[in-house]
Amino acid sequence: MIRIANVCKSFGAVQALNDVSFEVKENELFGLIGPDGAGKSTLFRILISLMTPDSGTVALWGLDAVRDYKAVRKIIGYMPGKFSLYEDLTVEENLQFFASVFGVTVEENYHLIEEVYSHIAPFRKRPAGKLSGGMKQKLALSCALIHKPRLLALDEPTTGVDAVSRKEFWENLGAIRQAGVTTIVATPYMDEAALCDRIAFINKGRILSIDTPQNIVERTTQRIFAIRAANMRTLPALCRSLPEAIAAYSFGDSVHLAVNSHHTEADGIRQQLTRLSCEKITVEPIAPTIEDCFIITAKN
Amino acid sequence: MSALRGLIIKESKHILRDRKTLVILFVIPVALVLIIGYVVSMDVKDTVIGVYDKARDSESVRLTNRIVSSGYFKLGKIITHDDQIESAFRTGSIRMAVVIGDHFGKRMLQPAGGAAVQIIADASEANTAQLLVSYCEAVIRSFALEESVVARPPVEVEVKMFFNPFLNSIYMSIPGIMALVLIIVTAMMTSLSITREKELGSMEILLASPLAPFQIIIGKVAPYLALASINAVTIVLLGYFVFRVPMLGSWQLLFLINFLYIYLSLALGILVSSLASTQMVAMFASMFGLLLPTMLLSGFIFPIENMPDWLQALSRILPPRYYVEAIKAVMIQGSGLAVVWHHLLVMSAFGMIYTIAAVKKFKIRME
Repeated sequence: MIRIANVCKSFGAVQALNDVSFEVKENELFGLIGPDGAGKSTLFRILISLMTPDSGTVALWGLDAVRDYKAVRKIIGYMPGKFSLYEDLTVEENLQFFASVFGVTVEENYHLIEEVYSHIAPFRKRPAGKLSGGMKQKLALSCALIHKPRLLALDEPTTGVDAVSRKEFWENLGAIRQAGVTTIVATPYMDEAALCDRIAFINKGRILSIDTPQNIVERTTQRIFAIRAANMRTLPALCRSLPEAIAAYSFGDSVHLAVNSHHTEADGIRQQLTRLSCEKITVEPIAPTIEDCFIITAKN
Repeated sequence: MSALRGLIIKESKHILRDRKTLVILFVIPVALVLIIGYVVSMDVKDTVIGVYDKARDSESVRLTNRIVSSGYFKLGKIITHDDQIESAFRTGSIRMAVVIGDHFGKRMLQPAGGAAVQIIADASEANTAQLLVSYCEAVIRSFALEESVVARPPVEVEVKMFFNPFLNSIYMSIPGIMALVLIIVTAMMTSLSITREKELGSMEILLASPLAPFQIIIGKVAPYLALASINAVTIVLLGYFVFRVPMLGSWQLLFLINFLYIYLSLALGILVSSLASTQMVAMFASMFGLLLPTMLLSGFIFPIENMPDWLQALSRILPPRYYVEAIKAVMIQGSGLAVVWHHLLVMSAFGMIYTIAAVKKFKIRME
């Protein structure tokens, strides 16, 4: 199990991580959710011993990420943010190379990657640079898994990947967890958060909340309304000007308005917006999504 | 498969699949040797000259024949008037003019002498002019000695050029080209290949793996060691067979010197790459930090003895100088270990320092 305690890290004047603490349980699929620049990649690099924290500690199954970095590097599988395999080597050669780096053979751990690798196996003679985005990520995942790591650290594995491949990728992650590999995934996509066992919201270097996706949604005390009107472009700003508004933002084809008060009803909002000369207003109370929860938490 | 073997195989594949770079790596050395050997030759051969024979007697004709048949000069223009000399230089039709004075033959026979020959050279290219004049003087001097009926001069200077009697400049160039090519192939290519992995992001994965720094470094370096060795052999063979550069010393010693030099260049390349984070920076660092000093301060183009003291001191802390000196000593002078041992020692010391610095500088983490 992984214990991150009071980790801080600054780059010059920029504080990338500010007192970050959380735990990841054995065999968990843990999601680190946050926008670009939230500090996800820095946290990953500290977690896998590639960077040292300014203060605080990281322990992986009792190993200190700074002191025992050599031992830590044997038990982690890391997939950095950008595709970083060798584009001039074939699929097969990349896999074999990473197996050799960790002193294992492809055969002995093939069962672990079989489900992921089977998608790209037909192209094993193809240079990695000529794969599609989704296939590249599957290859990178196979390479990160080939030595049977205890911790799989995936930094934005699905950024720039099409929707179908993203879905397949997450199905694979589910299967990997079944095989007993603890996984930490960073992602800016809120819809992926729902697929994790537990998630941590991170923004501006701080952890905002940690829980199961279900609890996060259920525990939200704020009410969310989906609002549509004729003037969609000015609508978010108008909603924000309402006295009870916490946040208002475009969400698909509507504007989501989060309010603190449970006394606020759809009618009240409609009346206020009418006074602000909006037309064709529809206001509909909805159940919050993970993304709503994130935005509300970030606002608070 | 061991991790190190995997790394070497992987790196070799990168090199072999980058066809364009590979071709350049093999073509550059050959092209450099041929270009410098044939084109940039500083040797005097068939230089076009003009002869203005004012005497027109049998002695002056014999002298003219002697000069023209020396192989150094070719008669391009017979000058009949003073004004023609300058215009011939201006049009570039001749590089040097020989003016034989009035009554040349008659004056030669007089004990008091006074037979006059004037040599006029185009000094817009000062070095060439000096070279031409000294060659021409030598021809005239030997002519005068043979033809002279009077007693020989009291002091006779006999010049003999040891090791390179005909002053072939390619003898000097081959070691210099080797120093240059080996630095390019090893230091520049390794530093580029390491910084490429940094740019690509794959270095991040290698660092986060159990690989030790020395494994990553040796894995990178070994294929370039092989490549550079092939280059060294190519250049030596080209010099030996095409330009007849002598190989008087022992081949084993020659290869030992090359191996040491390649090794320390590789260490330099790794050092550069540990300081540079992009290929662009690595490129410029090896160009200005390694290539230029190798060219200018190794004695390959400019003699070190003629440099100001501070440049001489600078050349002493750069390895190429020792390499070029050692190669020349072994190939052209046939020197053995007794002479080059201190070159080898200095190069080993450099190699050691660079290796330690490179391993120390190699970061096991990201910044």
